Amino acid sequence: MATTTSTPRVPDAPPGPEGLKQGLSRGPDRAFKMLAGGSSAVVVALVVIVGVYLISKAWPSLAANGASFLTSREWSVADPDALRFGIAPLLWVTVISSVVAMAIAVPVAIGVALYLTHYAPPRVAKPFAYLVDLLAAVPSIVFGLWGARVLMPYVQPFQDALKSAFGWFPLFAPTAVQAGTIFLASIVLAIMILPIITALSREVFRQTPVGHMEAALALGATRWEMIRTAVLPFGRPGVVSAAMLGLGRALGETIAVTIILSTTTGAFSWSLFFGGETFASKIANAASEFDSPSKTGAYIAAGLVLFLLTFAVNAIARVIIDRRKGFTE
Amino acid sequence: MSATSLTPSLAAADPGDASPGDELRTLNGGGSGSRRVKDRIATVVMHLAFLVAVIPLVWILWTVVSQGYHMLLESTWWTNSQRGVTVRDFGGGAYHAMAGTVMQAAVTALISVPLGVFTAIYLVEYGRGRLARAVSFMVDILTGIPSIVAALTVYALWISTFGFSRVGFAVSLSLVLLMVPTIVRSTEEMLKLVPNELREASYALGVPKWKTIVKIVLPTAFSGIITGVLLGLARVMGETAPLLILGPYTKSINMDLFNGNMASLPTMINQDRTEFLDAAVQRTWGAALTLILIVMALNIAGRAIGHFSKVKS
Amino acid sequence: MAKRIDVKDLNVYYGDFRAVEGVTMGIDARSVTAFIGPSGCGKSTFLRTLNRMHEVLPIGRVDGEVLLDGADLYDKNVDPVAVRRTIGMVFQRPNPFPTMSIFDNVAAGLRLNGMKKKSELQDVVERALQGANLWKEVKDRLDKPGAGLSGGQQQRLCIARAIAVRPQVLLMDEPCSALDPISTLAIEDLISELKNDYTIVIVTHNMQQAARVSDRTAFFNIAGTGAPGKLIEVDQTATMFSSPREQATEDYISGRFG
Repeated sequence: MATTTSTPRVPDAPPGPEGLKQGLSRGPDRAFKMLAGGSSAVVVALVVIVGVYLISKAWPSLAANGASFLTSREWSVADPDALRFGIAPLLWVTVISSVVAMAIAVPVAIGVALYLTHYAPPRVAKPFAYLVDLLAAVPSIVFGLWGARVLMPYVQPFQDALKSAFGWFPLFAPTAVQAGTIFLASIVLAIMILPIITALSREVFRQTPVGHMEAALALGATRWEMIRTAVLPFGRPGVVSAAMLGLGRALGETIAVTIILSTTTGAFSWSLFFGGETFASKIANAASEFDSPSKTGAYIAAGLVLFLLTFAVNAIARVIIDRRKGFTE
Repeated sequence: MSATSLTPSLAAADPGDASPGDELRTLNGGGSGSRRVKDRIATVVMHLAFLVAVIPLVWILWTVVSQGYHMLLESTWWTNSQRGVTVRDFGGGAYHAMAGTVMQAAVTALISVPLGVFTAIYLVEYGRGRLARAVSFMVDILTGIPSIVAALTVYALWISTFGFSRVGFAVSLSLVLLMVPTIVRSTEEMLKLVPNELREASYALGVPKWKTIVKIVLPTAFSGIITGVLLGLARVMGETAPLLILGPYTKSINMDLFNGNMASLPTMINQDRTEFLDAAVQRTWGAALTLILIVMALNIAGRAIGHFSKVKS
Repeated sequence: MAKRIDVKDLNVYYGDFRAVEGVTMGIDARSVTAFIGPSGCGKSTFLRTLNRMHEVLPIGRVDGEVLLDGADLYDKNVDPVAVRRTIGMVFQRPNPFPTMSIFDNVAAGLRLNGMKKKSELQDVVERALQGANLWKEVKDRLDKPGAGLSGGQQQRLCIARAIAVRPQVLLMDEPCSALDPISTLAIEDLISELKNDYTIVIVTHNMQQAARVSDRTAFFNIAGTGAPGKLIEVDQTATMFSSPREQATEDYISGRFG
């Protein structure tokens, strides 16, 4: 093993004590740190700008509002002197469509992610994982177009069946809206957020320490028990954040919902088979008519509420993740 | 396509079919009967979930490809605009919209990538304590910004306050708000995956911190960062909401980000989406397919770069 | 030219917690000094103060003096980066850079410190790999990834990487704890050779290893959870293992505790 060479391996004269004092690294180090810190400062500034501008533009309209902003179902913003607008129906449609979408998408996404990481043989898992990643990038307008033009006729019979079976339940009550229902929007939203939740969950499941999984298997666990004891607990914070990211997207999704949802007039209904507008689709539908500051302000106020909503979702996700971290580390 | 390739995988993925496995299982102790049933049920559920997910996704792709492909076969699609083409007319191209989408996305990336990557470096390599938590919190807020709100903000700033008009650069600005947080988060994740031992090994060689970051940490995380950037880019390229508010459609070619309306693929799709005339429908699906192709090309390019890089995860 | 290290009244902290208290000792040039002691006694923490790696941790803090041939490493004007260039380190788990080939791994320290000349680098890499007893095994695949080597080879690659920057002291933090007996033997052989050129400090959990490779041994101990680790005694290895002065040392060495 040992080499017999006795040639000196440290031929060069080493730097003396003075060599230790070369402060050469400190200048570039400081510059690099400032670059990183400066970028962070810009990001912080962006958030402040968003907040300040939205609030300053929304405030005058909110102050002039003749109706209750949170509870009113009115929306008349054409006359600056008689502003009456409220977000109650927007809030309902936005939240219920996204929640239903989540309820459909999250279990399926977790199933697909587990399938791709622990069940599928590699030659199936790889191409499909790839496909799912690609689909995460399909633009939402394509989903909207497909939902409105292709999926709608297939969903209608299913809707009718639900209506006749569970019509006594307010969520499934029949309404006059035929095509562009909240229900259809939820299904399309679910399909839209499925790839992103799947892709993120798959990544976390894949990072489960092999040691944990082998420990479970070595104790005689079945594959499902191994997943339950090693994979799911490890991946939970990641999956929660993925789900919340999906929810945030669903809440803020604009164009797909705008394309699908029928705007409604007349009596309001809590039914999933009703139409309506979300915050985002309301703003999008008005995109070409931001002609007066007071009108624009009303829409910006609605946008602010949407912002708060998605922010709350993210904050909840963050709290959950931080709490879980204490257990997993 | 999915049904045929799935059948063999069902058998291959289920270890319960192997008889030596069964024999060993009974050795594992009592109560294995119900445990095995649960294991089987779980296996079936996973496969079902996969099927449920794949069907609509493949269906969407099939719809777009089958409805849109013949538009893309015309050479004029890649070279012409829609100038002078009415709803009833077949033909015309999507060059104006492709150019707009690519230019807006490029400018967005040019601003977002350095900003996002350096912020992530700050958070992972330098930031600690309250300051870092504050920055991270702000990134969280940005992550939650719906695209329509980002668009409204830029509208409030660019148009209401500065009095500028709806131009391509305004679209890019709103897309920056959406792209920065995704890049910060994906880069942050990747940097965190770089083992601390590598940083320590580098420090122990007398390499300064910034060089350790540039030469050791970033190359190790490189493919992951690129994938994050491309996914972020793909996402903003498909964003439609900011375009509705800030980027009105035009049928003509406009290469100036600071003057005049600039077309983009999403607004081209949106333009004719309510039409049921054949010419308009074809154009819509053609634009949708083009958008998907560009996005996927980005995706595939990103993965190829990741594949050829020396990073071993 | 290897150098000696003298430590004077060194305290090591994690935030407010004092992990190591009042260490004063000398480490001879061109010799192997082993640190032994039970888990958590602060021997690794102390080792990391000798090339200012401890302060890489956000909450790491040190007071006291570490003199390298009389020059205080913790002097205000001293650049920690330059210290680490002079005092190399090998870690518990082999950690070759995954993005780099075998050659690039060994050349990393020099390249990152500005040496660009290919011919010179080739020369240094070959000598470093020879010095780490790895040259014969890898000379035909220098362009292959370093991560593809076996654990023992990876650790010798890390040693080659450390000596390629021509340090004067080599710190080894349980370098064999992740290796099999044969690789361990190879590393131990290597350590006995390297001491002709370097001052070597090795932390080990394995007392036979300390007895086999070291000239002097330092025993660290801890009074209980939350208490700081202390240097109990340091002496010639032969003396430590035959007739230690302290009862605690004898208890630990004879396996009665720890």
